[in-house]
Amino acid sequence: MFRPRFIHTSRTILNRNLTPLTRVKHPEFKRNPSFAQIENKHLEFFKTVLAPNNILHDTNPDDTSSSLIPYNTDWFNLYRGSSSLCLFPTSTDQVSQILKYCNKNKLAVVAQGGRTGVSGGASPVFDEIIVNTSKMNKVRHFDGVSGVAVVDAGVILESLDQYLEPKGYTVPLDLGAKGSCQIGGNVSTNAGGLRLMKFGNLHGNVLGLEVVLPDGTVLENLSTLRKDNTGYDLKQLFIGAEGTLGLITGISLLTPRRPKAVNVAMVALDSFEAVQDAFVMAKEDLSEILSAFEFWDHDSVGVVKREMMQDTSYPIEGKHAFYALLETQGSRLLENGVAMDGVMAQDAKQINAIWSWREKIPESISKSGTAMTYDVAMEVPLLYKLVEDAKDHFGKKGLLGPGNLYSNLLGFGHVGDGNLHIMANLDGFDHDGQEAMDEFVFDWTMRHNGSITAEHGVGVSKVNYMKRAKSDVQLQLMRTLKNAIDPNGIMNPYKVIPDK
Amino acid sequence: MSNPLRIFVPVKRVVDYAVKVRVNPAKTDVDRNVKHSMNPFDEIAVEEAVRIKEKSPKTEIVAISVGTTKSQETLRTALAMGADRAVFVEVKDDSTLQPLAVAKLLKAYADKEADKPDLFILGKQAIDDDANQTGQMLAGLLKWPQTTFASKVDITDRILKVVREIDGGLETVSTKLPAIITTDLRLNEPRYASLPNIMKAKKKPLIKLTPEDLGIDISPRIQTLKVEEPAKRVGGRKVASVDELVDKLRNEAKVL
Repeated sequence: MFRPRFIHTSRTILNRNLTPLTRVKHPEFKRNPSFAQIENKHLEFFKTVLAPNNILHDTNPDDTSSSLIPYNTDWFNLYRGSSSLCLFPTSTDQVSQILKYCNKNKLAVVAQGGRTGVSGGASPVFDEIIVNTSKMNKVRHFDGVSGVAVVDAGVILESLDQYLEPKGYTVPLDLGAKGSCQIGGNVSTNAGGLRLMKFGNLHGNVLGLEVVLPDGTVLENLSTLRKDNTGYDLKQLFIGAEGTLGLITGISLLTPRRPKAVNVAMVALDSFEAVQDAFVMAKEDLSEILSAFEFWDHDSVGVVKREMMQDTSYPIEGKHAFYALLETQGSRLLENGVAMDGVMAQDAKQINAIWSWREKIPESISKSGTAMTYDVAMEVPLLYKLVEDAKDHFGKKGLLGPGNLYSNLLGFGHVGDGNLHIMANLDGFDHDGQEAMDEFVFDWTMRHNGSITAEHGVGVSKVNYMKRAKSDVQLQLMRTLKNAIDPNGIMNPYKVIPDK
Repeated sequence: MSNPLRIFVPVKRVVDYAVKVRVNPAKTDVDRNVKHSMNPFDEIAVEEAVRIKEKSPKTEIVAISVGTTKSQETLRTALAMGADRAVFVEVKDDSTLQPLAVAKLLKAYADKEADKPDLFILGKQAIDDDANQTGQMLAGLLKWPQTTFASKVDITDRILKVVREIDGGLETVSTKLPAIITTDLRLNEPRYASLPNIMKAKKKPLIKLTPEDLGIDISPRIQTLKVEEPAKRVGGRKVASVDELVDKLRNEAKVL
């Protein structure tokens, strides 16, 4: 069951103070000198391809009142580029013409959708031209028997779900940003979200893609077939490639049947062991009907209450170390002797309210100061230990707590997927503080054989860690593929794969 | 210290407020094959009764529902929120059940009870028919005072003081029990049913009755002829000149 959007789609940046430019914050990134600078002749060309209202140009994009600010800046206000040009194509053919031209003229390009990414992958680092898919937003086709939907990349996830609802289907992924994120971006980042444990990830649910390659060639691979073993499965290359191999313009997506009844319960637990026990019990008791199992710590409740839910009372009284949200599709009651207390939603309003306490955590962190957000994967028993060790490490140095360098530090996430989100608030834009936390979290994760990003992707935020997260062999193979498909390197440069 | 109160709270099982309602193909009703839950105003009524009970623990709360067999789930929710016992009046087909019949059934049940209720707290209206009649009709049948659209309730020594939301603002009325209260949105925020209370609710008494047991004829007085969706909004158009506008207003929209 889908719920109304929780993230407002206002295009204003959350904090009053705009983050410093990425190139200023991260001087280690050097603009590739082989890329051209935008000149009038380029603009004249784009005017022959796109209608004037689909071209946004500003020669002074760094000015805080520039119309390009929302497109240059990411949602968390951590990364800001200096692109002077944002294009809004309305067809695959236009995208093809744009990329062909950019490739020929060595103009770097950044693909952009709903701008809800948390790794800075959709913001320019320097002056890359932004190609925004928002105006390619049609549902092309839907087959009511197989449940396969063929859509433009710019379709907003929640809009697609609302389209599917009367037909009895649902999108296979659900995330807090659903009111703004676009399906093309979801596929490019292999987004996970709240329902992964039930529906699996996009590598399985995407049946076909239509991609414009860096030289403008259109790769038409929009199969609606559930099974097709003819040759290399090319679409898998682009799923999760974060726009570095091509620009996805169309997606063929397998959508599951919409559940008739959904039940949501929230339980209180006093230790992370109890969270794991509850998860095991829930799986035993509820098996296939368990559609989500999320957890969060007590600090998360405080931040959400303060920033976004001041007028709503928290469903469970008392102070408990952890809370878990269980969602099932079906009407079996959860009986769980491991929980200290718990409530069950009695109607849609309560279901939405309980989900809010989980879904609003990232937004509350953004409202509470400069957000630092990590999403690491590791084996479930270790999931919360990272938070405990981080609190210990920085607490001992007196850096934690209101008024200090890190004013909030909390953990929550998808227990079933072994995916922890650890988030913190940083004082201002203290670069050393950001680096210290990055280093601690990533180093800890790698030492414990985890992944430094379970679902958020590398973007620009973690590219400097890729040499430690992946072996030379792995990185070299990635570079080989990248160079073969994008020899001029114009697609989303400076991201995902580090230079040698 | 006043005698413990006995509060009756009628609750109705309705299409869940978040469901996108669609008209059925026969155009006789909306599609009822969707999620149902307790009428939101009735949740507020149960919550208010439970808060009164928290202040005076000897208060007895009786939840009552008239409907098909699934209404028992709604009664279990009321019990899980804190009602003490439940009464289920079963009807075969609830699509023709109307406020007057419900009000008569409630009065008949109240008359039947040896221990009379001191107070009925009802939701001001159900979100499916928006009738806003049952509380008022019940007051008429019982000849009790009514305090409708309550946004604040106070009971001290059997004097009921209620702040009502009316068009002009807020009105405070005072009356003696027994009386009827109907709840408005801002009266309170209903609690969640806690898992322990859901378990306890399974053991609370729930009795079943029929309209025949109460000697009430529930046949409808009003017949629904047709149910339709509102006309779809047609998109606006841009015109090139005032002349064109006048022409369209005269010849197409026919308003000049």
